[in-house]
Amino acid sequence: MAHYEPVLLANIHKKDSHTLAVYEAGGGYRALRRVLKEMNPQDVVNLVRSSNLRGRGGAGFPTGLKWTFLPEGHPGPVYFCVNADESEPGTIVNRVQMEFDPHQVLEGTILSCYATGAATAYVYLRYEYPLCYRRMQAAIDECYQAGYLGKNILNSDFSLEMTIHRGAAAYVCGEETGLIESLEGKRAWPRIKPPFPAVEGLFRKPTVVNNVETMACVTHIAGRGADWFKSMGTPPEPGNPRDPGSYGPKLFGLSGHLNRPGVYEAPLGITCRQLIEEFGGGVWHGRRAKAVVPGGLSTGLLTEAELDTPMDFSGPGKVGCLGLGTGCVVVLDETYSMIDFLLNSCRFFAHESCGQCTPCREGTHWALQMLRRIKAGRGRLKDLDLLLEIGDSIGIIPGTTICGLADGAAWPIKNAINKFRNEFEDHIIQTNPDGYMVTEPVEALEDPQQRDWPAVRQPVSA
Amino acid sequence: MSTTERLLTDEVRESIQALFPRYPTRQAVTLPALHLVHEQFGYVPPQAVVEIAELLELAPAQVQDTLSFYGFFKQDKPVGRTRVWVCRSIACSARGGEELLEHLCARLGIRPGETTPDGRVTLEFAECLGACDFAPAMLANETLHKNLTKEKIDELIDSWK
Ligand SMILES: Cc1cc2nc3c(=O)[nH]c(=O)nc-3n(C[C@H](O)[C@H](O)[C@H](O)COP(=O)(O)O)c2cc1C
Ligand code: SF4
Ligand code: FES
Repeated sequence: MAHYEPVLLANIHKKDSHTLAVYEAGGGYRALRRVLKEMNPQDVVNLVRSSNLRGRGGAGFPTGLKWTFLPEGHPGPVYFCVNADESEPGTIVNRVQMEFDPHQVLEGTILSCYATGAATAYVYLRYEYPLCYRRMQAAIDECYQAGYLGKNILNSDFSLEMTIHRGAAAYVCGEETGLIESLEGKRAWPRIKPPFPAVEGLFRKPTVVNNVETMACVTHIAGRGADWFKSMGTPPEPGNPRDPGSYGPKLFGLSGHLNRPGVYEAPLGITCRQLIEEFGGGVWHGRRAKAVVPGGLSTGLLTEAELDTPMDFSGPGKVGCLGLGTGCVVVLDETYSMIDFLLNSCRFFAHESCGQCTPCREGTHWALQMLRRIKAGRGRLKDLDLLLEIGDSIGIIPGTTICGLADGAAWPIKNAINKFRNEFEDHIIQTNPDGYMVTEPVEALEDPQQRDWPAVRQPVSA
Repeated sequence: MSTTERLLTDEVRESIQALFPRYPTRQAVTLPALHLVHEQFGYVPPQAVVEIAELLELAPAQVQDTLSFYGFFKQDKPVGRTRVWVCRSIACSARGGEELLEHLCARLGIRPGETTPDGRVTLEFAECLGACDFAPAMLANETLHKNLTKEKIDELIDSWK
């Protein structure tokens, strides 16, 4: 790949990169100053629209377009939520941004609030990010002091209050309407849409929810312009007028069986293999990859043969994955069992299903029960078809659930079994050659809730 | 209101009330209030739920409903002085995270969700902590421990007082 100079990560190696002084010394808040002087909110919406920026939180929805869904001439208030719940397994990029460059995120948020007419912003931050919390809170405090937040920002007539709202360890709070319910002080049960948040969201008012990395992109679009943003990435597919393309820089998190896990930046469209080889230092112990999660657990699996897939909004979908997701890659080497992968995935989604929709609650639960049984050597070949049936029937894509968590549960099932069926069949045939299966009541008895760890009762040492 | 045996100190009450101007409804202060109480007492006993509800002008059942949704909040007894969250999701699991969880179970003699009898440590499993680049990872109170091994865990166990 040609040399690429990071933008989103440009600051993070500087000493005290999280402070206002360092951020300003690197040109920070210049874009905000200029925008407040020279542009009206509608200009900013148009600028972001013309950049074709797509949300970095997983779904890739065009950000400027989302903002135009706010009802025109609404008396307000309009609320803005920054989605900093980052809980998709494998996903680490927002953490690095908030720990090392919180002001880059805040500048974009302030600009976005200006554009959308929001006077109140909440940063919904997962509780398990204590360092992010301290750094973001300190950065917000600095902003209030410097006049970037509060009343009449930089002597304009734009005012903004910003509050960090900490979550409580529930993945579903990252779903935008689950986030809204949680912020309102309720259980994080995602809402039936429509109405979409832009029309009726937080406290029943028009609301925008955007991801942390999306905010950082807005900062740079305001600073460098839409043409700069569109100078990198993948252009729209010719002949598809509805494809906004995949423009701009993207953060990629790399983890799993790699030599150099970490967070790296590249233009959208880099291939997964390039990420693994050029940034990740290749698969550890000189091994080959067996399977790679392309963009957070929900997105499913790429096989080794599919690693040349471009990491842009349409790439992973073309080889049967859910999508680009969060762009966070988890590499599994050739020795790693796909049964273990799927068991881990099913356990995650069964644990995190909010329980509102029967197909999701029961589907994730029974998929996990089956995987445990297969792992324990009591699987039957027909279980694989049963699992695929669950995978095909839960989610908003088949139209049976309220939110996308169930689609995220389904994709790893479908990809693992469709792409690695031999491995599952071999395991079942070897561990359970005569297809023996305990009766269901016995299975229930044998499968108490917490059988994933040994029943240790006595301290081994004092 | 009767003054019998209030659980929440004036200090906690004031920090909860200080949040009211930041939200258009009092109910929105539920999670922050639960966190403040949990930080102070290590759990949120039923009496605290009643007092939080009173402050937020809600029915206790509304606060209880929210509380019970999030596995984070304990209600029976306080968590240990160190609350440990060991990640069991895919990136950590693939690099030995679950063996470390078992090792901790064995060393502490408790299972996830339990607290040592001396109140020193509460052990929990966590889903992805967002630290996959440092797998296997765990969070002990506010400190993230990275690239863990059994040896590192043994040292940490001794440091938890
Ligand atoms: C189960 C589930 C979990 C999600 N978790 C997150 C998350 O942690 N962070 C995030 O930004 N988006 C998450 N999303 C996507 C959000 O619903 C929403 O699309 C996103 O925050 C919009 O921001 P963007 O347009 O800037 O990407 C999640 C979606 C689902 C279905
Ligand atoms: S799909 Fe699952 S997580 Fe989403 S609302 Fe339904 S039950 Fe809850
Ligand atoms: S999988 Fe353990 S921190 Fe992400």
